[in-house]
Amino acid sequence: MFDGPEPIYLQIAQMIRAQVLSGELQEEDQVMSTTQFATTFRINPATAQKAFGQLVEEKVLYKRRGLGMFVAPGARDRLQAEHRARYFDEVLAPALAQAALLDISADDIVAYVRGHRPAGGSSAAWEETS
Amino acid sequence: MNPLPPFTARFDDVEVTFPRSWEMGENGVARRVSGSVALENITCEFPAGQITGLLGRNGAGKSTMLSLLAAFRRPTRGAVLVGPDGDLRDPWEDAALTSAVLVVQEGGDVLQDEKVEATFSYYADLRPDWDPEYARELLDLFEVPLRKKASVLSRGKRSALAATLGLAARAPLTVFDEVYLGMDAPTRFAFYDALLADYAEHPRTIVMSSHLVEETERLFENVVLLDRGRVVLAEPADDLRTRVTSLTGPTAAVDHLAAGRDVLHRQHLGPTTRVTVHGPLSDDDARAAAAAGVTIGHEGLEGLLIHLTRSSREGTGDGGTTAGRPLAGKESHR
Repeated sequence: MFDGPEPIYLQIAQMIRAQVLSGELQEEDQVMSTTQFATTFRINPATAQKAFGQLVEEKVLYKRRGLGMFVAPGARDRLQAEHRARYFDEVLAPALAQAALLDISADDIVAYVRGHRPAGGSSAAWEETS
Repeated sequence: MNPLPPFTARFDDVEVTFPRSWEMGENGVARRVSGSVALENITCEFPAGQITGLLGRNGAGKSTMLSLLAAFRRPTRGAVLVGPDGDLRDPWEDAALTSAVLVVQEGGDVLQDEKVEATFSYYADLRPDWDPEYARELLDLFEVPLRKKASVLSRGKRSALAATLGLAARAPLTVFDEVYLGMDAPTRFAFYDALLADYAEHPRTIVMSSHLVEETERLFENVVLLDRGRVVLAEPADDLRTRVTSLTGPTAAVDHLAAGRDVLHRQHLGPTTRVTVHGPLSDDDARAAAAAGVTIGHEGLEGLLIHLTRSSREGTGDGGTTAGRPLAGKESHR
C-alpha cells in the first residue's frame, strides 16, 4: 500500500478521495484515526495527519472535536465536479493520443464507447447523452 | 508521577576526534595508529515528539553521534544538548537527564549472566517511566523467554530483548541504534508496528539509525543523512522521496530537460536516454516532460542516499566500522 512515487500523504489523500467518490465512504461516515492509519499501513502518524489536514482544507473531511474525522456533507458532489473537469485532460487526452499513434479512427472509438455501457446505475443517463 | 514531556536533542557544531593511539600488530609488535575525525561540523536537531531516521553507510559516524546523547562520550568540540523544549542541557554526568535518555545499541545493555527478568527489575529501578506489563507483553510478542539468561539467547532474540527494553522504558528521548540487527523479517515488522502503536499512545522523541532504508523510511517524520562524519542533509522525510528523479525518453528531449541540473547518472539505450537528476521538478517541468514523451520516475529515499553518499566517496577506501578520515595535522585539537 502507498508504494507510488508521490509523497505518501498525497497517496493517502488520493485513496480517501477515491473511497468517497466510489461511495465506499458515505457522507458523515467516520474515517480511521491517524493512529489506526499509522499502525494499519505502517507509516508515521504525522504523515497521515498531513493527509487529513489537506482533506479538511478541501472540505472532503471535517473534524468533530474529541470524536475524530468524518466525511463532510457534499464531499462526493464536490469531488465529482472537480474530477469531471479534469477527466478529459488527464484521462481521455492521453488515451486518444495513444489511439492516434496506433491509427485507431475516431469512428472506431465512438463505436466502442456506444457498445460499452457502464455496468448498472446510470445507463439511462448514458443513453440520453450518447 | 507524570511522565516527562518529549525531549529535543541538539548538536551544535559538534566534532569528535579519536586520539592517536597504539594497537597490537599481527606479529605482536605495537604500532602507532593515527588519530581520526569521527564527526565534524555536526549541527542538527532531533525535534521533540517526532520520529527521526538517522541514515548513513557503515562507518559514517551514526553510533558515535548517538552515543553523545546518552553521554557515553563527550564531544571533542561543540555542544550536545538534550531536554524538554526551553530547558536543553548538557547530559554529561547529569543523572536526571541521562535517566530520561535511552540509547539502545545492538544487544542492548542487559545483565548477561542473569535471567531476563533480572534485567527488567534493573530497568524498573533505573527508568522512571518503565512499564513492566508492557515489557512482558512485548517479550511474549517476540517470543523471548523471561526465565533464560540473556547470554544464551540467539542474536535475533537478544535484539528483540533490546527493542523491548527500548520501548518499555518509554524514555522521553529513545534512540534505537541499528537495534534490528539479527532479527528476522517478521520480528522486524512486529517491532515497527509496536513502535508506531506505542509512540501514538505515548508521544516521545524517537531516533532510529538504520541502513534498511526501504523498510523503515515510512516510519520517519524527519531524516538526517550522515556521510563520513558530516551531516549531508536534515529534512522532513516526505520531501525527500521526490528529490532524486529519473528522466527517461528521447535523448534530445531528456538532455534539454536535464540542462542546468545536477546530473548524477546517465545511461544511453539506443535513441533513449535515462538521466538521474538531483533536485525537485516543478509542475511546468513535469508538463514539459509529458509533452516531450519523457517519463519521470522517483528514486525514493534509498536512491537519494545511494547517490549522495556515493558521489562524495569517490576515490576513497572504505572507512571500516568506526573510524572516519585520517586526522590531517589536527592533533593539536586532541
